[in-house]
Formats: sequence, C-alpha cells, structure tokens
Amino acid sequence: MEEEMHTDAKIRAEIGTGCSPRGPGCSLRHFACEQNLLSRPDGSASFLQGDTSVLAGVYGPAEVKVSKEIFNKATLEVILRPKIGLPGVAEKSRERLIRNTCEAVVLGTLHPRTSITVVLQVVSDAGSLLACCLNAACMALVDAGVPMRALFCGVTCALDSDGTLVLDPTSKQEKEARAVLTFALDSVERKLLMSSTKGLYSDSELQQCLAAAQAAAQHVFRFYRESLQRRYSKS
Amino acid sequence: MKETPLSNCERLFLLRAIEEKKRLDGRQTYDYRNIRISFGTDYGCCMVELGKTRVLGQVSCELVSPKLNRATEGILFFNLELSQMAAPAFEPGRQSDLLVKLNRLLERCLRNSKCIDTESLCVVAGEKVWQIRVDLHLLNHDGNIIDAASIAAIVALCHFRRPDVSVQGDEITLYTPEERDPVPLSIHHMPICVSFAFFQQGTYLLVDPNEREERVMDGLLVIAMNKHREICTIQSSGGIMLLKDQVLRCSKIAGVKVAEITELILKALENEQKVRKEGGKFGFAESIANQRITAFKMEKAPIDTSDVEEKAEEIIAEAEPPSEVVSTPVLWTPGTAQIGEGVENSWGDLEDSEKEDDEGGGDEAIILDSIKMDTGVEVSDIGSQDAPIILSDSEEEEMIILEPDKNPKKIRTQTTSAKQEKAPSKKPVKRRKKKRAAN
Repeated sequence: MEEEMHTDAKIRAEIGTGCSPRGPGCSLRHFACEQNLLSRPDGSASFLQGDTSVLAGVYGPAEVKVSKEIFNKATLEVILRPKIGLPGVAEKSRERLIRNTCEAVVLGTLHPRTSITVVLQVVSDAGSLLACCLNAACMALVDAGVPMRALFCGVTCALDSDGTLVLDPTSKQEKEARAVLTFALDSVERKLLMSSTKGLYSDSELQQCLAAAQAAAQHVFRFYRESLQRRYSKS
Repeated sequence: MKETPLSNCERLFLLRAIEEKKRLDGRQTYDYRNIRISFGTDYGCCMVELGKTRVLGQVSCELVSPKLNRATEGILFFNLELSQMAAPAFEPGRQSDLLVKLNRLLERCLRNSKCIDTESLCVVAGEKVWQIRVDLHLLNHDGNIIDAASIAAIVALCHFRRPDVSVQGDEITLYTPEERDPVPLSIHHMPICVSFAFFQQGTYLLVDPNEREERVMDGLLVIAMNKHREICTIQSSGGIMLLKDQVLRCSKIAGVKVAEITELILKALENEQKVRKEGGKFGFAESIANQRITAFKMEKAPIDTSDVEEKAEEIIAEAEPPSEVVSTPVLWTPGTAQIGEGVENSWGDLEDSEKEDDEGGGDEAIILDSIKMDTGVEVSDIGSQDAPIILSDSEEEEMIILEPDKNPKKIRTQTTSAKQEKAPSKKPVKRRKKKRAAN
C-alpha cells in the first residue's frame, strides 16, 4: 500500500508541472504568503509562487491630490517597480491591468475623494509574474482593510506547441510556450475580471484555459482562506 | 501624501528621554537594531532588515564598451530607490533631496573606496568591459536608510556571480551558467556605513537612529569603515559643530560596530554558500518564518484538469455563434479600405488640400468635386468585385457643400450626415482659436 503511494508520488513529481488537457498532472507551484510585514504601509503582503516573489504595500484610503480626486469614489493607483532598471512600458501596462482588476472589486464609493495606492515591488521573477502581482495586491488590500466586493486571484496558463496546458508556468516554460494567458478571477463565482494573453491560440483552447484557471483559482482561494483563518482565528 | 508633522509633545518626550539616556525601543546608546539578511534564488539578490527598515538589493551585469578615459576598467553603477511603499511621503517628485544625498553617500562609500576591483572586470581593453549595476530598493523606512543600504549593497556584491568569459585572440566566449560556473566578483574589503545622530547641539549621541529619533535629531554623522579600521567616507550633515574628540570617539565606536556587522555578513554568506552547495532549499520562501501567524505556506498543489475539455466544449456549444462577419471591404484608394459603414476615410484627398484659410472655420467643408472623382474611381474599381457598394449612392444624395468658393480645405474624417451638424458647430470654435493665434 505504501509502496503504491510512493510510486504515485514519484510519478507525479516526474510529470512536474506539465500535463495534457486530460491528464491529472497539472499543478500549482509551492505557495507562500506573509502579511503585515512592513510597518509603514497600511497593509502589506509578500506572495511567493515557487521562485516568483512580489511584495505589495497598500496605503489607503488616504489624502488625494485635488487634481486626481474623483468626487464620488476613491482614486485607485497601482505602481509596479521592477527589480533591475527603471520602470518601462511593460510595467505601465501591467499596472493598468492590475488597476482595472482592483477597481472592479474595491468598493471605492465608500470612500469618495480619497486615494488608495497599491505599490508592488518585484522581488524575483521566475514565471507567472502578473498572476503573482495580482495575488500579492489582493492579500495586501485585505491586510489594509480596504472594503472589497470579492477577493480576486491571478492564474497563468501556458500552451505549448502541442497544445498541452501548463498552469503556473516557470519562466522557461513561458519562453517555450506558444501562448501565455493570464486571468484574474473573482472569488464569489470565479467569474473573469481581467484577461491578458500573448500568443496564438484557438477559441476552444481559450475556453479550456479559462476552465483550468477556474479550477486552479479554487485552490488559490482556499489558500487565501486558510491563511486568513490562521491569522484571525482565536485558537 | 504630505508627511504627518511630528507633534510637539512627541518631540519633547523623545528629547527628554534621550537626555535621560533612554531610547523608546529599549536599546542602549551604542546598540544596533537586529540585522537580518536573507538571500533570493538568483545570485546577487538579497534582502536586509535593520530593525524594521527593509532594503532589497540586486546586482546585475552587462558587457558594454568602457569609458573613454578608463579603457581598462569596468563600470560600477549604483542606484538607490526610495519605493513609494517605504513611507507615504515618498512620492516621485518629492524625495529628490534625500535621494540625492543617499545616492551620493553610497557612491562615495562603495566606488571611491575601491572596494571592488574594476580592473578585473575588463574583458577586452578598450572594447568590452563588465558593467556592474547595483539596484537597491528601500521597502520600509524606519530610520537609518544609509546603513541598511550599504549593508545590502555589499552583501549583494559579495553574493553575486558573473558569467565566466574567456578571450582567445580576437574571440570572446561568454559561457552560460550551465556551461561553466559563474565567477564571483573580486572584492578587496567591505565598507559599511555607521550613522550617529546628535541631539542638543552635539551633547548626546545615538547610534543607528530609528525614524522618530531621526526626526528630532540636530545632525547626523556617517562614517563608512571596513573591518581593517580604514575610514572610507565621513559625512557630517545638519550643521552641528562637532569637537575633534567627539569625531574620534565616533570612529572608535564605528570600528567596533563594523567588526560585528562584518562578522554577521560573513556568517550569512557562508551559510548561504553551504545551503546551495548541499543542494538544500534556498531563496526567500525559506526565510519566511513558519511560526509566524501572519505567514502561511502551501505545498505544490495538483489541479485536476481532466474535465477541462468537456467544459470548454459545453461552453462553446452553448454560446451564441459569433455575429455575422462583415462581407467585403470597400476600396477607396489603393491602400485604403473600409469595412462596414461609419467613419468615412478620405486619405486620398489630403494631398491637395493642406492649405488653411486665414479667416478660420470651414475646415470641415466638403468638396463635392474631388469626392465625386473618388466615388467615380471606386465604382469602376468595385465593378469588378462581387458586392455592390451602397455607400457611394447615399453620399451623392446627401452631399452639401458649405463653402464652395473657398480654397480646397483639409478634409476631416467624419460621417456624411454628421458633417452637416458638426461643421457649423465646429466653425465658430475654429474661428475663436484662430483669433487667439492672431493675437
């Protein structure tokens, strides 16, 4: 009995993170999250997916410059800083994607004429960076106590040349993939909040990736719930 | 956001406590806060925590041409960034003074002290040298940024490995990390900054001030020293007047502190080296303490994607079929086509209608003649195509010329029906603008 389990585990380990659409071998990398690790920001979180790590800090709701204030809701700002060099266009586009996702869930109307700033720092990049940024931003917003309609998570899928789907790809897998798709899903009904894709894929492959991402999101939200339970439970 | 001002009672409280040789966090006058060094999975990546002040450092390298007056030396580049998450007051435009001061101090400490052997970074004299770039990001500001930054910089430099390079005659071979093990940088000594904060015109001094103490201090003395008790840089700011024996005393204290910190750094580097060699797990994931209630880990989670294909097929079957694809594009001029109705594209006419009128307005005027010519052209072109064009017919019916005797004007892209409404409203605006330009 034990031997069988051992061999099963070995097979799974050998398959690694690759799988066929029918195979049971897709897996998410090792996750870790630490909240409230910085003393100055109102909320902070460090999210690790395998070797990819992003640190997020949230300030808000706070004072906003008159030029940026919106009369009936909070101004959400997202800043993403790469580890090496100055931020460029890629960072700006990721900032926008993350901002659109956050704006969809954050209840900005409860804090009009304020600003909520999410600052993300890439600590290490080993694949699925955008998904890791989204997860870190969500945990930081939770830590800051910003009112949200739902939690959100990011999941990345990669499709390689023979159509196999890989969830949470490493940077090597992303480079060799034919298409890389990142989805942001919400926690209430796992509906799609944001999608950012790169590469060539058919519409049935898109739906497959989305379905796989929804299955993965289940795990991510379970991780969120367990980590928050650990923090806030009395025992 | 603006910095929240320090209240008078807080300021008086801090000063009074310092006079009684008490610090708010219970440290002694010469005590440093806890220093914690952790490394990432890439070489040259480290995170240093000095109490709550947190700095992330990353070293990277690139092959470039050397500076003209230093053809055999590599290039060092330091960049300290005060991230916006470090303090609410760190906004992009606002931190320039502090940023320049810190960057300059860091450069003097590391570059002018010649702690890195730049000659060893030369690959081909005059053509290719290594450019070593050190990026430091301040993630949390709880005082004494410069100490934390200097520790992070030197640790990252010691941890970094650059790709191996071999030169054979004219050929330079750059080996990937898989082919040949990367090579560490050649570091002569490790300069570390130690900060002293002075209060009450130099009467009281504190080592490693935290953020509150920095706010109430009169002046700051920074001494960069290595473990051989060689002073690399000294900087005194804040306008306090220090006596010679005060400075000498500070340098003695700095010597002791630097020795302790250097030992800590060497131990951390050694541990990291050992873990990597033995094949154990390394990286930031390992440095997250397990016992903390705010930290949580989850191992590799397999996902069952066996029903993904069926689900996807279901969704596609249930979904509405995509809307009718628009039939054929309308060719206006060679290279310009239109699909569906909507914005009229008359790029072909722009070549002879660049001149504008002085009296202003009328930019939106349509010239019937040229368009008629175009439509004439299209009809003949499209006669060969399958679908007949409906657009050209409607245009000729609704075409209205606004100012036919004026010179040919620039034609804007607008729908035909909309033009009549828009043109009159736009004209007065244009006229007003022209008047302003004339003034």
